[in-house]
Amino acid sequence: MGEFFTSAVLVSTVASGLRLSTSYLFAAIGETFGQRSGVLNLGVDGIMLLGAFGAYYTVLNGGGLWLGMVVAITVGLVMGLAMAFTSVTLQAEQGISGIGFYLFGLGLSDLLFQKLVGTPLPIRGFPELRIPLLADLPVVGEMLFSHSIVVYAAFLLVPVGAFVLNRTTLGLKIRSVGENPEAADTLGVSVAGVRYFTVMTGSALAGLGGAALATELGIFQQNLTAGQGFIAVALVYFGAWRPVGVMAGSLLYGLVASVVLQLKTLGIIPRSASELAAMLPAVLTILALVVAVQRERQPAALTKPYERGA
Amino acid sequence: MGTLFPVAAVLAALVVGAVMLLLLGASPAEGFAAMIDGAFGGPRELADTVNKAVPLLLVGVGITIAFRANVINIGGEGQIVLGALTATALALALPDWPAVVLLPLGLAAGLVGGAVWGAVPGALKAYFGVNEILSTIMLNIVAVQGMNYLLRGPMIDPAEIESGSRIPQTMRLPPATDLPVLVPDTRLNLGAVIAVAAAAVVYVFLWRTTYGYRIRAVGLNPFASRYAGIDVKRSTVVALTLSGALCGLAGAILVFGSESHRMVTDGSTTGFTGSAGFNGIVAALFGGLHPIGTIPASFLFGALLVGANRLQRVTQVPSALVIALNGLVVVFVVSSAIWKRRLEQRAQLEAVQTGDQAAQTSLPGDVAPAAADPPGHESDTDDG
Repeated sequence: MGEFFTSAVLVSTVASGLRLSTSYLFAAIGETFGQRSGVLNLGVDGIMLLGAFGAYYTVLNGGGLWLGMVVAITVGLVMGLAMAFTSVTLQAEQGISGIGFYLFGLGLSDLLFQKLVGTPLPIRGFPELRIPLLADLPVVGEMLFSHSIVVYAAFLLVPVGAFVLNRTTLGLKIRSVGENPEAADTLGVSVAGVRYFTVMTGSALAGLGGAALATELGIFQQNLTAGQGFIAVALVYFGAWRPVGVMAGSLLYGLVASVVLQLKTLGIIPRSASELAAMLPAVLTILALVVAVQRERQPAALTKPYERGA
Repeated sequence: MGTLFPVAAVLAALVVGAVMLLLLGASPAEGFAAMIDGAFGGPRELADTVNKAVPLLLVGVGITIAFRANVINIGGEGQIVLGALTATALALALPDWPAVVLLPLGLAAGLVGGAVWGAVPGALKAYFGVNEILSTIMLNIVAVQGMNYLLRGPMIDPAEIESGSRIPQTMRLPPATDLPVLVPDTRLNLGAVIAVAAAAVVYVFLWRTTYGYRIRAVGLNPFASRYAGIDVKRSTVVALTLSGALCGLAGAILVFGSESHRMVTDGSTTGFTGSAGFNGIVAALFGGLHPIGTIPASFLFGALLVGANRLQRVTQVPSALVIALNGLVVVFVVSSAIWKRRLEQRAQLEAVQTGDQAAQTSLPGDVAPAAADPPGHESDTDDG
C-alpha cells in the first residue's frame, strides 16, 4: 500500500482521473442544459457512440483531429435535432424515446464500424499541451496542467456553463422554460425554441464527449462508451442541475476508475476486487440521489412536454 | 385505429432499413428475403426465433406491469443478470437434486433474484422519491460488475483456473436444470411455454384481480387512487418488484436454455443479455403495453434479431442494423402517440357535438401511462 502513496504515483493517478472524467463531463454538462430547460435526453449514450465513431473514422482516414471534433459535433447536432423534434414538437414520452435513440446509436455506430473499419486500428489523440509556467509547478503542474486540449476544454465548460445558465439572458430563459413554461411563454419566450437550442447544444456536447473518449483512448470498438452516457444523465441529478456539482460527480467517476486502475497495476489489490470497486460510484450515486432528493428540487417542468393552452 | 400506429412505426423503420441497405451497397429485396428465410425458413429457424423471443416476451410483460403503474423500468438488463446469477448459484449448490425439484426451484430463484433487483428501485422511488430511471441505470452497473466479479472469482469453473485460461464462466450446470427440448432436432425448449404462460398470468393479474386493478389505477391517476384508499407507494413497489421478477425469470431461462448450459460473461451486460432488457421495451411498446399483445410483438422482434444473423451472412451487412432499427421503432411508436391523442380528442369533440354521453365519459385523460395506450384501453375501464 505504501507504494501507492509515493508522490509520483499519486500525481499520475489524479492526472489520469481527470482524463477519465472528461467524457462524462462533456456529456453531463450538455445534459444539464437540456434538463434545466425541462427536457430529459436519455439518448446521450447513443449520441456519444455516434460522435465517437464519427471522430474516430475521420481521424483514421487522415481528416485530422480537429475535423474529427467537427464531425462529432455535427453528428450530435443532427441527433439533437431529431431528439428535440420528437420530445418538443411531437411531445413523445422522453424516458422511452431516449432509449430508442440509444439503441439507434448503439446499433448504427457498430454497423458503420464493422462495415467501414472492421479491424480496430489505433489513432493518435491530441498531444499533451503543457500550459506555460503552470505546468512547471511542482506536483500540481503535472496533475492539472499537462493534459491534452480536450481535457482543458471539458473543464472550461464548467465555468462557462455556470455563467451562461446563471448570468445571461439566455440562461434565464432556459431556467424559466424549465420551471414554468406557461409563464415564459406569456412573456414571449419561445419554449420550443429554447428547448431545441438546449437539446441540440447538449447533444453536440455528447457527441464531443464521445469524440474525447475515442481520441483519448485512441480506438473505437462496439459499445465503446459502455453506458457512460447513462451515467452522465444520472450525474446531472447527482450534481443537482449545477455545472459545479456535475463536475464533482464526473470527477468521482474518473478518480475512482483511475485509483482502481492504479492499484491493480501496482498489484496492491487483486484483479477481482476491481469489479467490486467499479460498483462503488454507482452505489454512491444512488445514495447521493437519496440525499439529493430530500434537499434539491428538480426543474419543475422536467420531462413534461409543453403545449400552449393545454 | 390506435393499433395501426405501432404497425406503421415498424413499416417506417423497415423503409429506413431498406434505404440503409441501399446505402451500404446491398439489395433491400435480397436483404429482407435473407432475414425472412433466416427467421422462418424451417423448423430450426423458427425454433431459434421463438427462443430469441422468450426473453423479450418475459421482459416485455414485466415492463408492461411497470408502465401500467406509470413506472419506467429500464433496469431489465440488471434484473436479467441478477436472476441468472441466483438461478445459476442455486443450481451449482444443489447438483444432485432431481430435475423435477431443481428445475422449478432454479427458475424460482431467478424470479427472486430479479424481484429483489426490481424492489430496490421501487422502494427508493416510493419512499425516498428517487427517480427510477436513474436508480435502475445504477443498479444495472452494480449487477454487471457483480456478475464479472462472481464469474471471474467465486463462481468460476475450477477447470478454467487449472488450465490457466481463466475464461469467466461457471461450471456446466447440473443436467437436471437443462430446459427440456420440445421439438427434436431443434433448440425449441420449455422456456417458450413458460414465457407464454407468464404472459397469460400477468394478463389475468392486471385485468382480473384487485391488485392488478390497483396498479393500473395508480398508473392512470395516482391522486385519485390515493383518494380512493389505494396505497400508491406499495403499488409502485409491487409493480417494480413483479417487473423485476419476470426479467429475472428471463435470466434463469437464458442460462438453463443456453447451449453451453453455463453462465458466461464477456464483461458487459449486452454480452449476456443480448440487450433483451432494452429490446423487451420495444416489444412491450409494440404490443400496446398489453401482455397478450406482447406475445406476437416479441415473436416479431425475435424474428428480426434472428433474421439479422442471416442478413449478415448473405449481404455482409452487420446484424447491428437491426438494433438501430429497433431504436427507430421505439422513437416512431412514442412519437406517433401525439396523433393518437389527437384522434381521441377529435372523437371526444364529435361525441360532445352529437351529445353522446357514453363516449364522453369513457375517454382516458392525459395521465395515461407511458406513450402508447393499449388497444383495449377504453373498453376495460369498467371491469376489475
